[in-house]
This record gives sequence, structure tokens and C-alpha cells, in this order.
Amino acid sequence: MSKKKIATVWLDGCSGCHMSFLDMDERLLALAGAADLVYSPLVDAKEFPPDVDVTLVEGAVSSEEDLRKINMIRERTKILVSLGDCAVTANVPGMRNPFGTKAVYDRAYRENVTFDPGVPDQVVPALLPTSRPVHEFVKVDIYIPGCPPSADNIYYAVTELLEGRTPDLTLKTRFGS
Amino acid sequence: MSPVATVKTLKIDGRDVSGRQEETILDVARQNGIFIPRLCEMDGLSDVGACRLCLVEIKGQNKLLPACVTVVEEGMEVTTGSERLNNYRRMILELLFTERNHVCSVCVSNGHCEMQMLAQRLGITHVHFPYRYPKEEVDASHERFVIDHNRCILCTRCLRVCDEIEGAHTWDIMGRGIDAKVITDLNESWGTSETCTSCGKCVQVCPTGALFEKGRSVAEMMKRRQFLPYLTMMREENE
Ligand code: SF4
Ligand code: SF4
Ligand code: SF4
Ligand code: FES
Repeated sequence: MSKKKIATVWLDGCSGCHMSFLDMDERLLALAGAADLVYSPLVDAKEFPPDVDVTLVEGAVSSEEDLRKINMIRERTKILVSLGDCAVTANVPGMRNPFGTKAVYDRAYRENVTFDPGVPDQVVPALLPTSRPVHEFVKVDIYIPGCPPSADNIYYAVTELLEGRTPDLTLKTRFGS
Repeated sequence: MSPVATVKTLKIDGRDVSGRQEETILDVARQNGIFIPRLCEMDGLSDVGACRLCLVEIKGQNKLLPACVTVVEEGMEVTTGSERLNNYRRMILELLFTERNHVCSVCVSNGHCEMQMLAQRLGITHVHFPYRYPKEEVDASHERFVIDHNRCILCTRCLRVCDEIEGAHTWDIMGRGIDAKVITDLNESWGTSETCTSCGKCVQVCPTGALFEKGRSVAEMMKRRQFLPYLTMMREENE
């Protein structure tokens, strides 16, 4: 049997879920025996491959770039996993939602800036009106709530998925933990 | 309490149980260690049937009934945990999550919140409805306590404990439906309330992180509820 392909992506999150992923420590070696990490902030691949088995998504969908990415990733992934509260509920990135994007831009690019204040129109992707959970845009197959989910839970979920089973995380993790 | 208590016998989840005639299904279930989810009910306060999480099935009736306000009857057969009930409960709870802004990871009550624990117990891993992300206020004008409306589920426990136990009646509900909110006095700031005695009972009974003590950071707000059954018992003895 050929090795499975896993990917991880980082949308609007703090990278904490990826830190938790790394926290699997020596179990990462066991995982590397069962699957190849073909795309991730942790590896040096430029293009998201067309046929990934399992993709773990950290972060909410907050910008036009996040939205473009998640649509592309969904098309190229068999099993899409929302990893962590930002992906599952919008969590901390969603705390801007009640205030509107103007307030966010003003705070970030005008009020706290001394040199040439103003909203950039290049490089920084435009914000969506609200920052929202991944499953409000594309179909999500597995949810791992937690901020961040523990390395144990990530390991359990990924190994189950690689074995072709559906992990049951309901009593293992919760919003906020 | 009447001196002659009539005892009713009934079945809950197939178990033979009995209760006094004025007791609710929820009371009797609790005495028998049978778990029924609830967020608005609290032992020692009046029952209002506000959250609907305690809905149960009763044999021979199509309607689901809230266990916290339904008194036991002879021969009743109650089911507390069918798939249908749990589906409704998950829906209700998910809607509560979308109605205001619950960010458990940065909440004072993270790890000690009745709503968060119930969501886990009912197997909620994500919310199927679109979040509303409304703009809600935080009133930190009281010298010791804070009300964060982002986390309020309108269970009215604060109203009831303040009115029925403390006798201050500082809290009320203003507005209807989605616009409803809890207020202090006539929608004045809590800090200048002339009725509030600063007893803190409302804070202790609040099931979520909506009411908390100042100086508590993320996950530090643990509520103390032991006073309530004690106070109620002392009152009943004095009557
Ligand atoms: S009140 Fe409970 S459910 Fe709401 S954010 Fe706090 S811990 Fe989460
Ligand atoms: S602190 Fe006591 S008196 Fe003040 S609002 Fe809360 S319950 Fe009422
Ligand atoms: S403040 Fe707390 S106790 Fe009062 S209604 Fe809201 S959730 Fe219930
Ligand atoms: S506990 Fe019965 S309706 Fe809330």
C-alpha cells in the first residue's frame, strides 16, 4: 500500500495548533512511517498537491486569501479536519466580528502607526466582513475542538483517520480546552 | 409543606422510583442519580422552565415536557435520554452558542462552566447554525462584580436568587426575544444600584461566565453554590 498523504494549513490562527501538532514529539516519527507530510508550514512545499488524504486546518476563515485557499484545499482533500477552536468556532479571530472591519483596520493601520498611516492595498489580503468557522464555507469531515487541542488528541485523530476509522473526540476534548 | 405527603410511584428510564406529589420529574430524577440536562433550574430557586434542556418524553403524550416544571404523577413512564431528545438538546445548546459570543478559550469560566460542560456531555463538537456575533455590552461598574452580556444565556437564575433569596430584586429582564437582556434596577449601571447589597449570590449561581468576580482571569472563576440549599433549608425550618 502506498503511503498516505497528510497536509496541514494555517489560516487565521495563532500557530498554537501547529505547536500542539509538533508536541507529538517522537510520535511524529511513527506518523512519518505511516504517511508523508506533503504540505504544511512545517515543510518546504510551495504548491498544495492535488490528492491529499487528510488535511488539518488551523484557524478561522478571515480574509479573501483564506477563502481562496480553503476552497482549493477542499477540492484537493479527501478528509478535511477542522483543527482547534479557531477553525471550529472562529474563537479569538472572531472576536473582531461585532465591531466591523473598519474598526480593525483603524486600530491596526492608523491609530497605532506613526509612519505613513493607512490601510495597505497590496500584499496584505483584504479582510472578509466577519471571521468565521471553516464549515460555514466548505464541508468539514472531522472536528477537533480545543484551544489548542492536545497532542494526544491530534495523534489519536490522525492515526484513526489513517487507519480508515472515524475518530470519536466528543468526550476527549471540548470548546476552550 | 403539608404534613401528610402523598407518594407517587412512576418509572424513569425503566426504573421504578417514587416522589412526593409536589415534586417535579427533575427533582425525583436527581434524587435517584438520573441525569437530566438543565441550565435554568437550580435546587433552592423557583422553577421557570426557561432553557428547555430538561425536556423529557412521557409515554402516551406526543408533547415533550420540561422535567423541571412537570410534577410527578402516579404511573408515569418517563424517558430522559432518547436520541430524539438529545438531538433537540444539542440544537437548543448550539443555538445558545450562536446567540451571543462564547469564546471559551478566553473565558473566566473556562473549565467550570455548566454550558460548556453540557455541550461536551451531549457530544457537541461544532455548531450547525451560523453564528450571529452580536455586539453586547460589559458592565464593570460594580466594585466587585462584572456582567458580560456576551456570555449570558438568559436563564434568569440571577433574577431569582436576588429576588427570592436575597430579597433585593436588583435584576430584571428587559426587551423580548432576541433583544432580551438582564438589567440591574431600571437599566442603570450596576455600580450605582441602590438595591444591590453586593452579596454576590447572583454571581455564584450564574451557570456561565456572564457574571464573575473582578480580578479573575481566564478559567479562574469557580462558582460556590453550597450556600443555596443551606439557606433554603434554614428558611423552611423557620416557617
Ligand atoms: S460562558 Fe461557558 S460556554 Fe460561554 S464562553 Fe464561557 S466557558 Fe464558554
Ligand atoms: S450581588 Fe446580591 S443584591 Fe446585588 S444583584 Fe447580586 S444577588 Fe442581587
Ligand atoms: S447573567 Fe448568568 S444567571 Fe443571569 S440570566 Fe445571564 S446567564 Fe443566567
Ligand atoms: S431546566 Fe427545565 S427548562 Fe431549564
